Amino acid sequence: MGIIKTDNLVFEYIRRDEEGNVEGITRAVDEVTLDIKQGDFVAILGHNGSGKSTLAKHINAILYPTEGTVWVDGMDTSDEDKLWDIRQSAGMVFQNPDNQIIGQIVEEDVGFGPENLGVPTKEIWERMEESLKAVGMYEFRKHSPNKLSGGQKQRVSIAGVIAMHPKCIVLDEPTAMLDPNGRKEVIRAVRALNDVENITVVLITHYMEEIIYANKVFVMDGGKVAMEGTPREIFSQVEKLKSLRLDVPQVTLLAHELKKSGLPLPDGILTKEELVTALGL
Amino acid sequence: MLRDITLGQYYQTDSVIHRLDPRVKLVATLIFIISLFLVDNFIGYAVAALFLFMVIKLSKVPFKFMVRGMKAIVFLLLIAVVFNLFFTPGEVVFSVWKIKVTKEGIYLAAFMAIRLVFLIMGSSVMTLTTTPNQLTDGLEKLLSPLKKVKVPVHEISMMMSIALRFIPILLEETDKIMKAQIARGADFESGNLIKKAKSLVPLLVPLFISAFRRANDLATAMEARCYRGGDFRTKMKPLIYQKRDRLAYLVCWGYLLLCIVIGKILF
Amino acid sequence: MSIILDHVNHIYEEDTAMAFPALTDINLVIPDGQFIGLIGHTGSGKSTLVQHLNGLLKPTSGAIYYNGADINDEDYNKKELRSKVGLVFQYPEHQLFEIDVFSDVCFGPKNLGLSKKEVELRAYAALKQVGIEDEYFYQSPFDLSGGQKRRVAIAGVLAMKPEVLILDEPTAGLDPKGRDEILDQIAKLREETGMTVILVSHSMEDVAKYVDRIIVMNKSRILYDDEPREVFKHYKELEEVGLAAPQITYIMQALKQKGLSVDTDITTIDEAKNAILSAIRSK
Repeated sequence: MGIIKTDNLVFEYIRRDEEGNVEGITRAVDEVTLDIKQGDFVAILGHNGSGKSTLAKHINAILYPTEGTVWVDGMDTSDEDKLWDIRQSAGMVFQNPDNQIIGQIVEEDVGFGPENLGVPTKEIWERMEESLKAVGMYEFRKHSPNKLSGGQKQRVSIAGVIAMHPKCIVLDEPTAMLDPNGRKEVIRAVRALNDVENITVVLITHYMEEIIYANKVFVMDGGKVAMEGTPREIFSQVEKLKSLRLDVPQVTLLAHELKKSGLPLPDGILTKEELVTALGL
Repeated sequence: MLRDITLGQYYQTDSVIHRLDPRVKLVATLIFIISLFLVDNFIGYAVAALFLFMVIKLSKVPFKFMVRGMKAIVFLLLIAVVFNLFFTPGEVVFSVWKIKVTKEGIYLAAFMAIRLVFLIMGSSVMTLTTTPNQLTDGLEKLLSPLKKVKVPVHEISMMMSIALRFIPILLEETDKIMKAQIARGADFESGNLIKKAKSLVPLLVPLFISAFRRANDLATAMEARCYRGGDFRTKMKPLIYQKRDRLAYLVCWGYLLLCIVIGKILF
Repeated sequence: MSIILDHVNHIYEEDTAMAFPALTDINLVIPDGQFIGLIGHTGSGKSTLVQHLNGLLKPTSGAIYYNGADINDEDYNKKELRSKVGLVFQYPEHQLFEIDVFSDVCFGPKNLGLSKKEVELRAYAALKQVGIEDEYFYQSPFDLSGGQKRRVAIAGVLAMKPEVLILDEPTAGLDPKGRDEILDQIAKLREETGMTVILVSHSMEDVAKYVDRIIVMNKSRILYDDEPREVFKHYKELEEVGLAAPQITYIMQALKQKGLSVDTDITTIDEAKNAILSAIRSK
């Protein structure tokens, strides 16, 4: 069994009108079965409202399944005794950098998680140091988070999670509020964690260029897993992605259009170099 | 405009004052405030001024930064001065129409102004040199005897710490919302009081909604990082008194004693 | 009828140790009816620049003229200016406050002191212009999706009947489809009304398809100001300041280098497809 496993996960919530009467039931996650192995880099893709964030919140035991089961490192998330172990094993980074930094100084924020875990003082400092170094923010350890750029803030948030020594880190649209430079910084830090520290990464996003590095991609729509495969397999299906409110990198789109016009090109071209080679130049 | 409020903001640098135990700084601030109400003559204020000046100098916080924080209380200051100046009975110095300015009034107004300015400056030194985390750690530890009588000391200090962290963020947001509404023709300045109060609705509604959303997000983020109250927590920066802290206590108590002597015994 | 910026400078926190220039020597002429993309990354000064255009910020030095009049003259009517130069901020959450969508859009025209009937007519027209259907009119703006909130926020400014519409990052946080929908809507809007539109964005790729002119800002200065295809010719320099030309530019450059005779000024997928097909067939 992998580090994260879900079996027929269903999550429903009840919609109520202003008087509190039940208006209906919405199924945000619908029978999702996943198995993610230790060390994987998994991307979960989907438009806004596709259920991808709701799914993510189950991995950290912030939400509990209505039906089905979620296991994190072999622990059932609905087992209340294991709650803190689960949250320690699966760290979570959220979308808005301002709403998850608790400390007034970078280093204090990174220390917040270990403090909650009851880690001895000396070790908290060691963990703070190594985590900030891992995301390249060590030189900013004495700064106030308010003065950092969006990308830097998100890297601090990531360091705050690494300091808890998780096996897996779930990033819920960590780049949605950042500019292109910030996005690159964050993705670079995330890739380094996966490559160097072998931490399992679950990246939730709607930016297509960020999933190229994943070794597995799940595309969600209407609470279900609509597509599943390697980035190349996913990008081969341009029309299907479009119907799921997503787009593809321009080079993939161009190759797809050229193919439709009769050029003999393979599906799922991801870079301009691949296009050049495929055109026989 | 809103950025000018320095109260509750941390000024990052390395100084003796920055390194002091927050408990010392809390107690010292309290002592300083008490001293301001003990002394009521020029020598006393001179001593207080000297003490404050020394601390500010040691803190390495630029004086300009401190003065900017005063802008926020200018209005309060004016009211205090005007009230004392015009409504204190005593020996009349001069009078304009029905308003009499008395010698006692001038004294009182001046002292009140000095007190207020010193009070704000004294407390700003503390907030400028102490991170909210240290501050609340200090408070928590100072007040920890109250835990025995079931006061949720840790929870209160955590709430304060978060409130302080979000002040600059919410101020910036207020600025943005104001601009967005001004761009839609909103007017926050003219009109009578009722009209002015009404004009705040387009500002306050988005601000409250945003604050609630932030609070909700933050609570989730804290839980995700295994926050579960104060019971199991260890400290990254545990509070242990150093030699300099004991020395600082000595200076503070000495200062208080001096103020008592000057204010109550000598004169 | 135009906006003219003459040697505009803006320094934040002037006279303090933290002083930094947000705008340095900005000279621009924005004639009526242009569709402009204003590009730069965070901190490049682009948001500061647009806040000067409707008088929210005052230049430290230099002057801004709207239809010939200096907008920072003491007796210039700023309120009227703000109805003529409409600015929609990045997050709709910063401006939506009323109990329902329709009343929220009424806020702007009501501030102009128009009659109730005129206010409602304008609000109705504005909501229709951004493609919000009647069924949403009496819903709370907070219950809408991200894309719809954005439309309502734009309608809130449109209802003031501006001559110039400035949109600060109208696509931030939207998913790809939502982004395309809102940009298409803005393009359509411009076609119908002929108003000047300034689109502020991080992304060349997003705006390349729509605009007639791109202004690139970097470190408080204007770096390029030209037609999109001219600006993209500087793709190497753009890269150096952390901005990228659309991916298509790089593809065409790579193909050209490998000996395919294609035009490298191409900015859209369709043009690229046709160019490649004809180049390969003629080989």
